Amino acid sequence: MLRRILLPILATLAGAPVALAQEGDAERGAVLFRQCNSCHVAEPDGPSRTGPNLYGVVGRAAGTLEGVRYSPAIREAGEGGLIWTVETLDGFLQDPRGYIPGSRMSFRGLPDLQDRMDVIAYLTGDAPVVHSSDLGRLSPEIFTIEGDVEYGEYLSSECVACHSASGSDEGIPVITGIDPEAFILALHDYRDGHREHQVMTTVTARLTDEEIASLAAYFAMLEE
Amino acid sequence: MMMNRRSFLGTTAALAGTLAAPAVLGQARPRAVVIGGGAGGATAARYIANDSDGMIDVTLIEPTRHYYTCFFSNLYLGGFRTIESLGHSYGTLAADYGINVVHDWATGIDRDARTVALAGGGSVPYDRLIVSPGIDFKEGAVPGWSTAAQNRMPHAYKAGSQTELLRAQLENMREGGTFAMVAPPNPYRCPPGPYERVSMVAHYLSQNNPTARILILDPKESFSKQALFEDGWARHYPGMIERIGPDFGGGNVEVRPDSMEVVVDGQVEAVDVCNVIPAMQAGSILQDAALTESDWATVMPATMQSVMDENIHVLGDSARQGAMPKSGFAANSQAKVAAMAVRHALTDSRLFPARFSNTCWSLITTDDGIKVGATYQAGEDRIEAVDTFVSQLGESDEVRAETYRESLGWYDSITSDMFG
Repeated sequence: MLRRILLPILATLAGAPVALAQEGDAERGAVLFRQCNSCHVAEPDGPSRTGPNLYGVVGRAAGTLEGVRYSPAIREAGEGGLIWTVETLDGFLQDPRGYIPGSRMSFRGLPDLQDRMDVIAYLTGDAPVVHSSDLGRLSPEIFTIEGDVEYGEYLSSECVACHSASGSDEGIPVITGIDPEAFILALHDYRDGHREHQVMTTVTARLTDEEIASLAAYFAMLEE
Repeated sequence: MMMNRRSFLGTTAALAGTLAAPAVLGQARPRAVVIGGGAGGATAARYIANDSDGMIDVTLIEPTRHYYTCFFSNLYLGGFRTIESLGHSYGTLAADYGINVVHDWATGIDRDARTVALAGGGSVPYDRLIVSPGIDFKEGAVPGWSTAAQNRMPHAYKAGSQTELLRAQLENMREGGTFAMVAPPNPYRCPPGPYERVSMVAHYLSQNNPTARILILDPKESFSKQALFEDGWARHYPGMIERIGPDFGGGNVEVRPDSMEVVVDGQVEAVDVCNVIPAMQAGSILQDAALTESDWATVMPATMQSVMDENIHVLGDSARQGAMPKSGFAANSQAKVAAMAVRHALTDSRLFPARFSNTCWSLITTDDGIKVGATYQAGEDRIEAVDTFVSQLGESDEVRAETYRESLGWYDSITSDMFG
């Protein structure tokens, strides 16, 4: 079964929005999920082990399944409005402790985008695919603002004082490999108080929508 | 990443510039010269070279071949880092970014001729000069102390051999002895630094010499992250640390290096190790070039240009810029704004609004990290704070451990942002 998940990448190279698609392979995702099995199942009415049953996780608010001993960090993220979507799962699975500092999940993360898309396809199953842009928190236009790459490059110099530009994620997550939609959502979530982190809340407080789009466009270009 | 393309172009253009540019282009490339290879200078050199795609000839003048970061040097005192892990070289800046790295002392600036004199002879011409020399100590600031006494009473406030000396003295301190610190008056490099150092010394002593005590002689009423440090000291090192503020003579201190004594408000006290961190001023090269007024070099906030000379930018600890603390993070942040302004001046690249930020992490004990930080912008004549944050009392162990891990990630990132 090849479950198709579109991960739109709204990079604005040379001025024109380019939409790329990343397909998730649920069967491959099921195999990859075996490394999660010691703590998680993903079955209808399945038990929660050390971590929650992940059946139906896509579209669910973080930290809200009954009977699970969540870390305070996950619970607070859910209370702050974190909903598991293709984009937020992508960010979390890439670097769990970087994405939610204080998470007890001891998994080191999946560095490969395809692996993450496959696992997310598996977890989505037959349920509707949920993108962050579907949640209505941000108007769709936010994701289509044309970024100024050169301005984004200048603004990014503030980011790379802490987020390594060379791909080391010791203590602070890598941000060069996150897709633009997830990147835009994350910065808006920090700025608007849906995600909490002292430094990120402070840094994003003064960013305009256009500046966030410029940063996203620049970091998207770095991936090329 | 793009860096490879850029550094390739940079190197190629650098070669072309050296060999044939004047003949081919009819005019040499504009020259940016940077004095000081620390958080401000190394960053500025790297950003100008990287972002100008070889259009600007960049020279970095730095006497040492191995630079030891002052930030995290307290962690070495506490046993959390090796001294080697704090050392960085300039090889990547030279090889991959095409920067002319000159290992020599800059001894003077001729502002009219626009040249920098070198101790080894000769001079380096510039179109724009960036000066980021760090701090110098004010002679006579602590009666009885001078740099001649720094081997008996180290400052350890420029990292390297001084830091190793202080650690060795700590290791050799007699059982139950007294570690004294003469703390500096404002403004000084790294506001939480002396108090993180006290925390790290206390960490070492609590494991190796638990009956020893620490005496802080402080001319300041209050200090950075004070409530957080004092809470941490009470929890982790009860009874070990005593601070004497200005009300009880902390501002009236004389030291006697020969007899290892401190005199506090006339009271003589014998100590076993004495860390003297004197009052500070801008690096002497700025004083000599008449770019300072009352100890520091005042700069314009949007570009970090000296108010005395528009061809000279001053970064980091030496600059009087407004609200930012003197820190490596701040110097690195200011360097990026200055690099943009220099590129604009020399190659007419785009000018963006000045944006600055700073975070200072400190470690109190294993996995107990705290931080303070802010974002900044250019005001009319000084840098102004926009938003600020600070760690809270009563945070969970998890949050504190995460804050410490964050600082480790920051160290790796900022040093690669400086040295490539």
